[in-house]
Amino acid sequence: MSDENDDLILSELDDEELVAQMMDDLYDGLKDEIAEGVNILLGRGWAPYRVLTEPLVGGMTIVGRDFRDGILFVPEVLLAAGAMKGGMSILKPLLAETGAPTIGRMVIGTVKGDIHDIGQNLVTMMMEGAGFEVKNIGINNPVESYLEACEEFNADILGMSALLTTTMPYMKVVIDTMKEKGIREDYIVLVGGAPLNEEFGRAIGADAYCRDAAVAVETAKDFIARKHNSRVAG
Amino acid sequence: MTDHIADTTLTETGLSAEGAGPVLLIACGALAREIIALREANGWDHLDLTCLPAILHNHPERIVSAVHEAVLRNRDKYETIHVVYADCGTGGELERACAELGVEMVRGPHCYAFFEGLDAFADHEDEIDAFYLTDFLTRQFDAFVTRPLGLDRHPELRDVYFGNYRKLVFLAQTNDPALDLRAQGIAQHLGLIYERRPTGYGDLAQTLSRWAGEER
Repeated sequence: MSDENDDLILSELDDEELVAQMMDDLYDGLKDEIAEGVNILLGRGWAPYRVLTEPLVGGMTIVGRDFRDGILFVPEVLLAAGAMKGGMSILKPLLAETGAPTIGRMVIGTVKGDIHDIGQNLVTMMMEGAGFEVKNIGINNPVESYLEACEEFNADILGMSALLTTTMPYMKVVIDTMKEKGIREDYIVLVGGAPLNEEFGRAIGADAYCRDAAVAVETAKDFIARKHNSRVAG
Repeated sequence: MTDHIADTTLTETGLSAEGAGPVLLIACGALAREIIALREANGWDHLDLTCLPAILHNHPERIVSAVHEAVLRNRDKYETIHVVYADCGTGGELERACAELGVEMVRGPHCYAFFEGLDAFADHEDEIDAFYLTDFLTRQFDAFVTRPLGLDRHPELRDVYFGNYRKLVFLAQTNDPALDLRAQGIAQHLGLIYERRPTGYGDLAQTLSRWAGEER
């Protein structure tokens, strides 16, 4: 985003400038600078949750928006994600200690026959950044793995991902199995992946199709809020 | 005859029809050399060929509209039109479009499957950690993979993209030692086990033969 700040000394910036610079650095995928910025803010007494939400999630939101608008492409998003992951690895243990708010719990994985996990890893990171606890069960998951993980993790949300048109129909197998077992309504089911669309999501009985990681976060928040509201109303 | 067509042209621009023959094949640029080789070997002079840019494969959602438009543009100029694409990541959309247009397309999920033969390919459906290359994709690897994935600028992303793959399978249409070496080099570069699987033209030859025979 900016090339003129090569000689910047992050520790000399005030908080506002530093957050803005970190958002720039995140956009540029500068992992070391993000880690340094996180440590500086923590050293200044910032709560870990605030460090996570302002420069990191704030920065990734811009990255996500520019990806959606065709300004950034996959490699740049992955570099930004790598930088954010570096920052989060510092913050995660601190967030656990300080009891940061948890919005909800999600299990996410790529469907059976599919090994492409870039999308779901981005979703995992963005969901964690937004305050969700996420259990990422990795690639090539049969229905049993999804259901076991959901039960063990006491999940609110099940996320399924697929990159291939040949593997995406497996999402319906999982949802149909949930229906057979009478547990479909226990979970919010979100699906995503390059070849999917809203029509497919509806056809297989998912609650929503999420176009990208940012949409996944907003959709998850929306469904969790509705779930809480219906409990209050009930 | 095929040597004068540059691979980069087939990737980015495609190939124009010659305007000869009662039958037009609307094909993916990645298949141009194979189709022309089959046409020459079998004397199928009544088959004309036009190709759409092969790079559409990096955006499968654009294939259907491109094929649709090409069929409509050529419909009045030929007695018969066939589409030389498989599903190619369109999720059944291309099949629906071809059915509506009344044109036939190649059966199967993608060219890897029809080059190897649908039955043979189905026998190792569990080979989910294999990254496939054809002759064309081996020659055009940088255009289809290296540059679009940013590996030229950010080689450190290699394992983000390929970390879950175990092997690279080179589905070889021709016996070309130089291409074999190139595919081996790609496998090594990606950190994958290398396997060369000679396929010839597979189901593509049978499909074209049937289409050519129907029109004689």
